[in-house]
Amino acid sequence: MAGTKNHDYHILDPDIWPLIGSLSALTFTTGMVFMMHHVPATDGAPAQFGSWPIILGLGVMGLIATFFSWFGNVVREAERGDHTPVVQLHMRYGMILFIASEVMFFVGWFWAFFDFALFPDPIQMVEGSDNIWENLIGQEGAAALAQFPPKGVEVLNAFQLPLLNTLILLCSGTTVSWAHHALIHGDREGLKMGLWATVALGAVFTGIQTYEYAIAPFAFGGNTYSSAFYMATGFHGFHVLIGTIFLIVCLARTYKGHFTPRQHFGFEAAAWYWHFVDVVWLFLFIAVYIWGGWGAPVH
Amino acid sequence: MATTAEGFDIHTDDHAHDADHKPSFFVRWFMSTNHKDIGTLYLIFAIFAGIIGGAISGVMRMELAEPGIQYLQWWVEFMGGEPSVSANFHMWNVFITAHGLIMVFFMVMPAMIGGFGNWFVPLMIGAPDMAFPRMNNISFWLTIAGFCSLMFSMFVPGGIGGNGAGVGWTVYAPLSTTGSAGPAVDFAIFSLHLAGAGSILGATNFITTILNMRAPGMTLHKMPLFVWSMLVTAFLLLLALPVLAAAITMLLTDRNFDTAFFNPAGGGDPVLYQHLFWFFGHPEVYIMILPGFGMISQIVATFSRKPVFGYLGMAYAMVAIGVVGFVVWAHHMYTVGMDVNMKMYFTAATMVIAVPTGVKIFSWIATMWGGSIEFKSPMVWALGFIFLFTVGGVTGVYLANGGIDDVVHDTYFVVAHFHYVLSMGAVFSLFAAFYYWFPKMSGRWHSEFLSHVHFWVFFVGVNIIFFPQHFLGWQGMPRRYPDYTEAYAYWNEISSLGYAVMAFSMLIFFVNIGYALVAGRKAEGNYWGEGATTLEWTLSSPPPFHQFETLPVIEDHHDYHDHMPSKT
Repeated sequence: MAGTKNHDYHILDPDIWPLIGSLSALTFTTGMVFMMHHVPATDGAPAQFGSWPIILGLGVMGLIATFFSWFGNVVREAERGDHTPVVQLHMRYGMILFIASEVMFFVGWFWAFFDFALFPDPIQMVEGSDNIWENLIGQEGAAALAQFPPKGVEVLNAFQLPLLNTLILLCSGTTVSWAHHALIHGDREGLKMGLWATVALGAVFTGIQTYEYAIAPFAFGGNTYSSAFYMATGFHGFHVLIGTIFLIVCLARTYKGHFTPRQHFGFEAAAWYWHFVDVVWLFLFIAVYIWGGWGAPVH
Repeated sequence: MATTAEGFDIHTDDHAHDADHKPSFFVRWFMSTNHKDIGTLYLIFAIFAGIIGGAISGVMRMELAEPGIQYLQWWVEFMGGEPSVSANFHMWNVFITAHGLIMVFFMVMPAMIGGFGNWFVPLMIGAPDMAFPRMNNISFWLTIAGFCSLMFSMFVPGGIGGNGAGVGWTVYAPLSTTGSAGPAVDFAIFSLHLAGAGSILGATNFITTILNMRAPGMTLHKMPLFVWSMLVTAFLLLLALPVLAAAITMLLTDRNFDTAFFNPAGGGDPVLYQHLFWFFGHPEVYIMILPGFGMISQIVATFSRKPVFGYLGMAYAMVAIGVVGFVVWAHHMYTVGMDVNMKMYFTAATMVIAVPTGVKIFSWIATMWGGSIEFKSPMVWALGFIFLFTVGGVTGVYLANGGIDDVVHDTYFVVAHFHYVLSMGAVFSLFAAFYYWFPKMSGRWHSEFLSHVHFWVFFVGVNIIFFPQHFLGWQGMPRRYPDYTEAYAYWNEISSLGYAVMAFSMLIFFVNIGYALVAGRKAEGNYWGEGATTLEWTLSSPPPFHQFETLPVIEDHHDYHDHMPSKT
């Protein structure tokens, strides 16, 4: 039976975007290095690093084009019926596994945070090292760093903007479920309203988070608290942004008449991702904002 | 015909259905969505990277052949620098870094997972391709992108004294942060980001393929052991690599954006980096060896003409190694000043791994017991694997002990240990798999004679390189140093001689491939005969461009592969 396909799997045609995508990723990371080292005087980097805006811009554009075309192709294939039940199942597995790897990524950031919070004075735990740190950064500095958050760091009040953000994200979790139920019951207007509400709540969350960074009483770097705080909440914020874009794509697809009550995995993946982002926030809120700032002076 | 979706057959291109129609050169190799072609690309890349990584180790063995600095200043000049003590020593650090990163991320992993995994997981489970063929391709090209980034790092300023990232494959802070200001280390970090992203995507692809695309009737407990090994490996990749991504991102921000994760001046802790790195790094060493375990199981069963002994025990031993592998990481860092209770825990947990590993070694031996053994080239490589991996495993039990490790930590004993499990364990399994499947992949026979000569010369060579390093380690020679005292001269000279023997054997390997591709005799579908019972042997050699257009059905009573005794 050569030449006939007797199975439901999706055999794809050759595609150029994987190659373009990875070249763009390489261009992007190269541009990042150029950007971080474009002042030659500091570390002997070549003068050509001054071209970083071009390189970085090309990389970003290539990545955006890749995502746009690649997911566009996936949507087109779904719309023309290439996604048989087994192929849809593949995508469910793929998304669950992707989220699992994202969870492990955040495990890394929480690990760093809890290391600093639980063992703020690691070097003192080593026998015979009593004076090493003092010699390194002076007695006062060492004493300041022996607690967490380090002495002198004022933290944000967890029960003001962060609590509001928690309520916003929890609320957006319900609106995305509302949209899902509407979709399953064939209520297109409910789907649109639920999605609009979720996207709006996501945007408000990002706005508040940006404002919070702007008014935060501690700078980006310098000590363990601010490093762990900004990197963990920053990566979470980045994921909120991705999730919001994902939901906006779903909204646009809804207006184009995509998704049926039986087949709408694109929407479900966005909803799963949104719930994942929501759960990460709950951990951040409890661990970093409430517990992590406990006892420190509040701004 | 497909019956499940409306219009399923109308829109797909006809040429994709033609089982043996191959696209034009650029489309086939640069835009591939075919698991066998992508597997071939991975294998070619792994051989290329292996040549570079192996050549670097040659440069290092040359330098280490006698005490004193012989050649480093020459290499500094070759790379366009000014020789000086610090430039020479930095050059050395760049060599050890490049050798480690290339061999781990760009030779062993692409060959095992990308190469043989891509080729044979779909074939062995009776699937037409991987679950996500396009994503499969970007996994490959991201690996290439990562390799390019690592190569860039060689030509920009690194640490004190020259170009290149001289931080070791572990990229420990503070050498990798305040110790190496130049952009080279950033290129190396991004190299790991890129290759790691490719591996995570590959891992999701393998897990989805294995869980969802097995032929009708092939339950998990009937799956060939190589597929089991790939399933466990993919889970390790999926869960370990993101933690590395977080750790090296912290390095990046510490280096460039003034965060204090690993900087004690801001309250940070360099030991945190070691924890994060080894939480990835220990699963990583199993990522490099588990696929080898799978290959050896297939090969030993084939050439003993017996089903593998204790199939289920073999499968779940790999699962156990994978699970326990996540909770032993700190045995790589016994000397950071951790307290005794923690050392005791990590010693005990590490020793536990010897149990499932022992299950595997003894089951391979029991598989051969009473078998009708044929000493074909894959089998001799597999036997070499079992012997030498066990040697490496035994020194591993030594090193698992926190007390003993205090003495030999960061000495050549450790170097000898991990080269026995990697450059003799992982690499022997790669050569075994290569000779086992090369005719299947290419349709042409290699020379069995040359393969045997390759084996014996390689076997002798690597043992001469690495066995004396145990002695050097016990004598106290530290690893990662380009120079040493007169006391270590004898065994170092012998070790370097071994490299020459090993390098010569690689010439035989390349002659053998060249011979096979140019003049090799055509291979049949199942050229190993009745011992070879997995599904890839039901296909032609090489298999059609798209195989299993009609899915094979695995019947319950049918003794279809080498793992399960017939139930009739």
